[in-house]
Amino acid sequence: MKATGDRNARLAWRLAGVVGGMLALAYAASPLYDLFCRTTGFGGTPQVAQAGDRTILERTVAVRFDSNVDPNLPWRFQPLEREVRVKLGEERLTHYRVTNVSQRPIVGTSTYNVTPEPAGPWFNKVQCFCFTEQLLLPGQSVDLPVIFFVDSEMDKDRRYENVRTITLSYTFFEAKTERAKTLLGGVSAGATGKGG
Amino acid sequence: MATAHGAAHDHGSHAHGHDEHHTPTGWRRYVYSTNHKDIGTMYLVFAIGAALIGATFSVIMRLELLQPGVQYFNAADGTPNGHLWNTVVTAHGLIMVFFVVMPALIGGFGNWFVPLMIGAPDMAFPRMNNISFWLLPPAFLLLLASALIGGGVGTGWTIYPPLTIQQGAGMDLAIFSLHIAGASSILGAINFITTIFNMRAPGMTLHRMPLFAWSILVTAFLLLLALPVLAGAITMLLTDRNFGTHFFDAAGGGDPTLFLHLFWFFGHPEVYIMILPAFGIVSHIISTFSKKPIFGYLGMAYAMVAIGVVGFVVWAHHMYTVGMDVDTRAYFVAATMVIAVPTGVKIFSWIATMWGGSIRLEVPMLWAIGFIFLFTVGGVTGVVLANAGVDYALHNTYYVIAHFHYVLSLGAVFGMFAGYYYWIGKMSGRQYPEWAAQIHFWTTFIGVNLTFFPMHFSGLAGMPRHYVDYPDAMWHWNYISSLGAFLSFGSTLFWLVFVVFGGLLAGRKVGANYWGEGATTLEWTVPSPPPFHTFEELPHISPAAHP
Repeated sequence: MKATGDRNARLAWRLAGVVGGMLALAYAASPLYDLFCRTTGFGGTPQVAQAGDRTILERTVAVRFDSNVDPNLPWRFQPLEREVRVKLGEERLTHYRVTNVSQRPIVGTSTYNVTPEPAGPWFNKVQCFCFTEQLLLPGQSVDLPVIFFVDSEMDKDRRYENVRTITLSYTFFEAKTERAKTLLGGVSAGATGKGG
Repeated sequence: MATAHGAAHDHGSHAHGHDEHHTPTGWRRYVYSTNHKDIGTMYLVFAIGAALIGATFSVIMRLELLQPGVQYFNAADGTPNGHLWNTVVTAHGLIMVFFVVMPALIGGFGNWFVPLMIGAPDMAFPRMNNISFWLLPPAFLLLLASALIGGGVGTGWTIYPPLTIQQGAGMDLAIFSLHIAGASSILGAINFITTIFNMRAPGMTLHRMPLFAWSILVTAFLLLLALPVLAGAITMLLTDRNFGTHFFDAAGGGDPTLFLHLFWFFGHPEVYIMILPAFGIVSHIISTFSKKPIFGYLGMAYAMVAIGVVGFVVWAHHMYTVGMDVDTRAYFVAATMVIAVPTGVKIFSWIATMWGGSIRLEVPMLWAIGFIFLFTVGGVTGVVLANAGVDYALHNTYYVIAHFHYVLSLGAVFGMFAGYYYWIGKMSGRQYPEWAAQIHFWTTFIGVNLTFFPMHFSGLAGMPRHYVDYPDAMWHWNYISSLGAFLSFGSTLFWLVFVVFGGLLAGRKVGANYWGEGATTLEWTVPSPPPFHTFEELPHISPAAHP
């Protein structure tokens, strides 16, 4: 009988190990999925590239700029150009303007995405403001640059023949990171200093 | 554990003494229960209670949808309260999935009949079995409380972020509720797997094991692999909400789509978790009332294994519209359609079992045949929806609602009622009243078809799910759906009063094998109701007694 009890307990612990393994895999999915999106451009994750020489083709695509603000963030955020037409491989600079319309200093941060999603791997950004904490004083306005190009390799893939328009979309949220707190701390300390 | 093995061991007179002295009575018998039959009974009673609450929510929804315009779901100022509506939708979904179908099929019938069918004296871990059950009532209370606190949870049972991150405090209660219900199911799954692997009677090889035990074995493995992923995902949700992590919160670079992947990696096996035990029950009933062994026994067993395995690699067909690459969608379309093959094996084997059999249309058989018909209808619409191109049009419409209610609300529920009628004589020692059972079957069969078949039309007409109101043009089929829902609900109350209470109080007393020679599995060798301890002397299964 003891043998059966041991056998049962051993099997049960193994099964519990399976449960623990699946739980760990669920957590592992978060960094793995992020890595997967960054390396493959899956789900419209744009690629971050280095500047340099590259071939420029005659084929053009329209690149549209979209902007969104979290409803809880009292900022105004819009692209200075709605749409530009670029040649494949051509490097282009554009700007977004963001304004703090509230009465308090706020730190914001943005995320981005590209549609149509399959264009993600071909859309390269040389410079952008995503994921950086941006401090805006009340009423302050800042122009944020984006330098990008659409990889000329896209022309070789016939699945992208129909891609004529690519939309780059940014969404601004209020940042609640440690760095954001440091930035705000600097402002309020300065403000107190002036007031005093 | 000691109790089970004491009982299992053949000590002759000692075993008898054990039986007489230690059969607990009163509330202790249930609260402290380590007996698989008592725990099974508690699961069934719990599931019936939860089902009445979940069904009440659905009737309230159909009452609202009876007419266009918002009649009942209004805020104090008279404006429509869509969030309240979504709270009721969510409660209905979560209750039915976690507190009705799973407890009834796995905890209820599984606990009752897996040990009996494999000739084991009890479950491998009787005290763990007790905690599995007793985790459920607090989980259920938390879920009910979540609907009342912090404005309720209006996210749907899929609890997608970012909506879940924006919900009030009720969301945290719902997450805890799912944690506890999940822990309960995982413990149950470990218990079932250990019992089935280690405690089969001598001679009961896996390939001689009854199909219901097979179905519970496959289900338990699905639970073991799928539920931890849900637990992980909702824990991430919890920390996103309360502790500043950004797994899914886009504000910090998280990705809500990741939650969809994790949720459906759990969610798709979950729908098989709900239907596989019903497959097992139906197999037994079809075999019993055709007086033939099941056609293609091994094929039936391995079809369930195949459904379970393939069920883990098709999850993204629930989320075609999130913007996946066309190649990815093509894969998920193909993989999803592959599931139709083992499912088809099962459907055709049931029909082949009936073919040339000596068929008796007893009430359990009616439910089983109803199950095959309704599950096939739901399966066909499932193949339609598996096509990513078609799904783009039908995603989040009532067509999807019709599909998954045909396989679950009708499939799984018909499986549960079939099991009830098949085994209630065994469990209670008293047979159901035939007249009431017939009325119950026919009113339910007509009622549910009246409810859900028109939803195909509403869905094709473009009616979206989770909406409290609809345009006048969609009134016709909605009206009919509502009438069907009222009929089904009335039928369920009728069942509770006349079949359950009527049968248990005044039903005809039955012997060990009241279905006669077609019923060949081990539970029919013990008296009805079975004594508190069964198989203290292990039965020996000869190769001839192949199920």
